[in-house]
Amino acid sequence: MGRVVVEVMPKPEILDPQGKAVVGALPRLGFTQFTSVRQGKRFELEVDGDVTPEILAAAQQAAETMLSNPIIEDVVRVVDASEVGA
Amino acid sequence: MVVSTGSAGAAGARIGVITFPGTLDDRDALRAIRLAGATPVPLWHADADLHDVDAVVIPGGFSYGDYLRAGAISRFAAAMTSVADAANGGLPVLGICNGFQILTEAHLLPGSMVKNDHLHFICREQTLVVENNTTAWTTAYDAGQRITVPLKNQDGQYVADERTLDELEAEGRVVFRYEGWNPNGSRRNIAGITNERGNVVGLMPHPEHAVEPGFGPDSAQGARSGTDGLGFFASVLSTLVAA
Amino acid sequence: MSASAVRPTLDTVENAAATPDEVQPYAELGLKPDEYQRIRDILGRRPTAAELAMYSVMWSEHCSYKSSKVHLKKFGERVTDEMKQNLLVGIGENAGVVDIGDGWAVTFKVESHNHPSFVEPYQGAATGVGGIVRDIISMGARPVAVMDQLRFGAVDHPDTARVVHGVVSGVGGYGNSLGLPNIGGELVFDGSYQGNPLVNALCVGVLRHEDIHLANASGIGNQVILFGARTGGDGIGGASILASETFEDGVPAKRPSVQVGDPFMEKVLIECCLELFAAGVVEGIQDLGAAGISCATSELASNGDGGMHVFLDDVLLRDPSLNAGEILMSESQERMMAVVTPARYDEFVAICRKWDVEFSVVGEVNDSGRLTIDHHGQRIVDVDPRTVAHEGPTYHRPYARPAWQDALVAASSSSLPRPTTADELRATALRLLASPNLASKAWVTDQYDRFVQGNTALAQPDDGGVIRVDESTNLGVALATDANGRYAKLDPRTGAQLALAEAYRNVAVSGATPMAVTDCLNFGSPENPDSMWQLVEAIEGLADACQTLGVPVTGGNVSLYNETGAPGLVDSAIHPTPVVGVLGVLPDVREAVPSGWRSEGLSVVLLGTTLDELDGSAWADVEHQHLGGVPPRVDLAAEKALASVLIGARAAGAVAAHDLSEGGLIQALLESSLRYGVGVRASVAGVSERDGVSTFAALFSETTARALVAVEPSRVADLLAAAASAGVPALEIGTTGGDAVVVDDVTIALGEAREAHTGTLPKLFA
Repeated sequence: MGRVVVEVMPKPEILDPQGKAVVGALPRLGFTQFTSVRQGKRFELEVDGDVTPEILAAAQQAAETMLSNPIIEDVVRVVDASEVGA
Repeated sequence: MVVSTGSAGAAGARIGVITFPGTLDDRDALRAIRLAGATPVPLWHADADLHDVDAVVIPGGFSYGDYLRAGAISRFAAAMTSVADAANGGLPVLGICNGFQILTEAHLLPGSMVKNDHLHFICREQTLVVENNTTAWTTAYDAGQRITVPLKNQDGQYVADERTLDELEAEGRVVFRYEGWNPNGSRRNIAGITNERGNVVGLMPHPEHAVEPGFGPDSAQGARSGTDGLGFFASVLSTLVAA
Repeated sequence: MSASAVRPTLDTVENAAATPDEVQPYAELGLKPDEYQRIRDILGRRPTAAELAMYSVMWSEHCSYKSSKVHLKKFGERVTDEMKQNLLVGIGENAGVVDIGDGWAVTFKVESHNHPSFVEPYQGAATGVGGIVRDIISMGARPVAVMDQLRFGAVDHPDTARVVHGVVSGVGGYGNSLGLPNIGGELVFDGSYQGNPLVNALCVGVLRHEDIHLANASGIGNQVILFGARTGGDGIGGASILASETFEDGVPAKRPSVQVGDPFMEKVLIECCLELFAAGVVEGIQDLGAAGISCATSELASNGDGGMHVFLDDVLLRDPSLNAGEILMSESQERMMAVVTPARYDEFVAICRKWDVEFSVVGEVNDSGRLTIDHHGQRIVDVDPRTVAHEGPTYHRPYARPAWQDALVAASSSSLPRPTTADELRATALRLLASPNLASKAWVTDQYDRFVQGNTALAQPDDGGVIRVDESTNLGVALATDANGRYAKLDPRTGAQLALAEAYRNVAVSGATPMAVTDCLNFGSPENPDSMWQLVEAIEGLADACQTLGVPVTGGNVSLYNETGAPGLVDSAIHPTPVVGVLGVLPDVREAVPSGWRSEGLSVVLLGTTLDELDGSAWADVEHQHLGGVPPRVDLAAEKALASVLIGARAAGAVAAHDLSEGGLIQALLESSLRYGVGVRASVAGVSERDGVSTFAALFSETTARALVAVEPSRVADLLAAAASAGVPALEIGTTGGDAVVVDDVTIALGEAREAHTGTLPKLFA
């Protein structure tokens, strides 16, 4: 069984309320090192058998059409989990 | 159910309600406390001083937008540190909806809440079964009593590992279960739980929205006339008087 | 951005004066050549790039109402002194304010966010709610409820589900997070809204008379403070001057135009603003909506008595690469602009810090009479603020009754086959009950919080929403909004009046006295004479009817260009959709009358006369996909008389009341029975005989000025007497009870009815 990892982030110029709330809260716990936080999404897509280039291409397409909203989000990573230890 | 008003102990009882940024139902909780005959005391998340309250309600809402996880940021508030200490000393604490989520994030109650199984926000008049009427917040109810209070949430699905769920059930710490229909996929229909001592109670439905005829859920008495939620506040008042 | 781009110097006022012949991309910003020339005439030179950006957004249809202004004046002209009695703030401010007694005031307004909601339904709808809520806050009021008026394309169109899901989640996701009960709204599906969904949102706020605040920049030396969210690239038009090399370097090639909402920020802003008002540390607060800082600064300065100077470098940015024009045009959400005296500045800061709200002083009120803006130490804007905010172009657009209108009106429904047997009537009623526009809206409304704040006395599915204002007296308000685009298509003047009549009736049904009106006029392109004619007809009709009913328009919004078809055709644009909201007052909201009956043995009385009016009806739509003929006639005198009976109905023993509208009497009987699961046994024989209509017409006609009232049998005489003295025809038609709706020989079991009614939307969208 193979697994594809897809990561989606809000586009850099799009407001990310989630990240904003977290970066505001971190200093209260003493984490003053972090100047910015952006919160994205990670998807794990499982397939029977290995992750072939065709599977990856399909995952890329799925990521761009359904897993992300291209108007406000970018697909930043579509990888075979086994290859990157993700 | 008898709402104990007028007794010196009850009237003198001071019940605090904590407001966090993004809290929504704080004014409702304050009103419910007043209607139950106690003195409502607004508390501020950044203030560690609980102002000598006799009990605390952590109200509903979307504190910090619930953006990281529901309750995940609020649990670190100064007031919550004081609440945790006081709760360990026996202070009655009620967490409603987001308040319940904060209590689980603060590890004052076990388990956690995730997105509703149907993925939608849901607002409905929900029937609950009172399974434990010995907690600080439920003595005014009969065991097995059916009560109707509004439910409204996005992340209301109660989850915990099987062992925790077994423990909760074995120890009688499931305080409320959903009756009729499980509105969010909560494990074992759990709507609310308590800690071992019975002073800390958390639930997803909103008793503070069923305290005043005309503005609550429908009931046998008429449209929007349900006041089943008053029992929470009556319970804690009698608990305080008895203490 | 070209790789070879060289950063030019800022386009300063001085530079603009020195380079009169520089070609400016005004057309890409939506300005017409004569409008551009007018700006040059006003300034006596060419505008700077930043000035051009400001004028272009502020003179857009959306901000300037340039096509509708000459007609909207009629709303004001039709307001008599008597109607003004209860108006504390009239049309023209962020929202109107109505006196409801005991020192309480209520402000309310409905606005559109149609185009953004098609592009990105979730964020479009969410920021639509956010925008109208900020309008209400800026008046000094605490927002207490929202309503949403949603219109989507055909249920079976492949794109409809995308828009429905996004919009419903967006309205709920934002409104629920603000702690505002959603107390009602509208949900309509019609092919005419394909590609042009209508997302209107209404907010109502409460304040004491003495707390009314108008946003203006007065008091020389006062500080102008921008607070709330930071300014980013939200809402800036894509292919515009702003991305081009001729303007300024360092800009991404294409800007996102989607505004993203942060309801948490908005909730914090609500509390922060209310605390600022309560502490008296602000002279006024202006919300930032369309056109962002351009709008806020020019309106504040224009409404004030002096001028304003702004240091644009002091605007806190989320994206440091924004250039001056972009900063001025950005529509980043959750921002407010306050005017604060220097003496109160420290208190302002303390309150913002308490709520973790970022702020920066961006300007100062002065006596220059000008709005001046500096960026990087250079003057980039120097204008008379009135020319930006209030003295934009005004058009008398050509309009004419469409060529296709006569054919549409001639195509009456009279020749359509009608059901006659009991079986046919029964099946027809069930099909209507299950049709998307008449089906239960619970799938949508169950996603909205209606309990928060603890003051909701009635909400959907009741005819109007009712909210308590004063906890000690239970004084409160009722709100209802309505519009029937099909009627308005057949006759926009009548259609607008019908929308008003229905909203007025729905407020009265709850027992409230109608007081004031807000409207959101959703129409096609003003450059299409057909659509413009519809707009003019609707405005005139609405203004006249408001005067007759004695309820003034206090504010609202116009949304044009809801048009995607080729001009000149019957289906070029959306159905003209004048959404009308009516606000009423109830001395004790606990007495509000719900739309359904809970007990058996109540007498059911039909108020009003029934005519054979099926053109444009739900029946014609559902059974025959037909739209033609003339809409039901409007009888405002009858509406007034009916309202007087309904307002006093509680005292005359009424325990339930429901207005008759789409789907007619049978739909109302079914809805009132389904509300609490108690049926009814009725006969329309008396109606048919008295009014000379067939059984079918008695059941399905959509004649206006009618309502059902359920009373204790012992009080029937009281109700009939009240109706008689008001001149409202009244007829006892049945008795509540049982588990079916039985009308003569038509029997519909409640179980079957419930399945039909509640199953539709989940089947389509869940």
